[in-house]
Amino acid sequence: MYNGGKIIAGLVVFLAIFLFPFYYNFGKANAKPEPKLNTPVIQQLAEKKCVESKDFMRQEHMQLLNDWRDSVVRDGNRIYVNAEGKKFTMSLQNTCLNCHSNKKEFCDSCHNYMAVKPYCFSCHIQPKEDKS
Amino acid sequence: MKIVLPLVAVIVLVVIAFAGVGIAGMQFLFGVLIPYAAIAVFILGFIYRVISWSRSPVPFSIPTTAGQMKSFPWIKQNKLDNPSSTLGVIGRMALEVLLFRSLFRNTKTELRDGPTITYGSEKFLWIAGLAFHWSFLIIFIRHFRFFMQDVPLVIRMIEGLDSFLQIGVPLLYLTDVVLLGAVTFLVFRRLSMPLIKYISLPADYFPLFLIMGIAITGILMRYFTKVYIVGVKELVIGLLSFQPVIPDGIGVIFYIHLFLVSTLLAYFPMSKLMHMGGVFLSPTRNMANNSRAVRHVNPWNYPVHVHTYAEYEEEFREKMKKAGLPVEKE
Repeated sequence: MYNGGKIIAGLVVFLAIFLFPFYYNFGKANAKPEPKLNTPVIQQLAEKKCVESKDFMRQEHMQLLNDWRDSVVRDGNRIYVNAEGKKFTMSLQNTCLNCHSNKKEFCDSCHNYMAVKPYCFSCHIQPKEDKS
Repeated sequence: MKIVLPLVAVIVLVVIAFAGVGIAGMQFLFGVLIPYAAIAVFILGFIYRVISWSRSPVPFSIPTTAGQMKSFPWIKQNKLDNPSSTLGVIGRMALEVLLFRSLFRNTKTELRDGPTITYGSEKFLWIAGLAFHWSFLIIFIRHFRFFMQDVPLVIRMIEGLDSFLQIGVPLLYLTDVVLLGAVTFLVFRRLSMPLIKYISLPADYFPLFLIMGIAITGILMRYFTKVYIVGVKELVIGLLSFQPVIPDGIGVIFYIHLFLVSTLLAYFPMSKLMHMGGVFLSPTRNMANNSRAVRHVNPWNYPVHVHTYAEYEEEFREKMKKAGLPVEKE
């Protein structure tokens, strides 16, 4: 091996960078977020169901909220008809946050885990939570 | 054929992942076993390639000399293009790795009427290469938000800068657009220039199509057919902490993306992509041009027994004197 010292040092740097996710996570438990659904309003619901199915909401809620915003702000249309034909008022504060009044335990739990920072509440008023 | 074969290969890879997960339900194979195997091949293969390169001797001092070398004190040396010290070599290497200076010097040759040959500057390869590599690096760093449970500020800042135009939801990343644009340009460059097309091999097209596939599946997953992203992070963290889990409800498109990335990792050490490590080991780049000051000894020189004239005279002095030959020492 020629110039062994320099080449080994280079390889060590390479390994330190590429194996970083492994030794960073080594021995850490997978802290999976569990968004809480136990708000008073949800508990009083006869049928505990969001405006769309759980799978849809889990994957597409950001798209839905964006579409709602465009529909309300640009077209003045506040009525949303879901896949089952049920009608809802398109409103983050009066529809979504009416049930999900626990932003910290609901919205933030996944958003923090994924390091996502939606800008909903730079315009909307944050819900007042009892536990802060 | 040289173009169709790698394209078909990438399509087949997509189909394998789609059939394996979407139809046969082999989430564990595509989500855990193949990524682990690919990472092992990548790391071990990379080390093997670098070690095997380090075994090759460099017989001559062969740095490229693209400027005025160190000479008399009143002649100005070009320290970055013709370095004579280790510091200069590091500077030149850094500029090469970070800014691709040698591609900046890329020229095109044209035969005009006359006939005369003209040489002109050709910067598109440089700019597209730079855009491609830098956006790939930023995308890789950005992915650390899936690799770390508490995402550090630096990564959140890079992500914020990358999406600062706030187009659509989820926010559009500029690097996604730049990467796809640059890689498309690099493919069309090979296809449109006859000379480049002639020397292009399947091994040149395959990585481009593969990276294009990775970018397209990633973009689809973020902006079009969404996946259950919390499940994705759970799977990735499970892999990295050696406690593999397969959460339910992640879309097939994620497994296609992961399979293409695994293919890229496994393919890396046995392909031209090794230029990532190889650029640091190129003698034309990593040697100082100091051959007038420091003697470069060929490491595989045969050990020749040298018999100097002084020793020769010592041995034959008496006989030389008798024969009337001149000697240096009496």
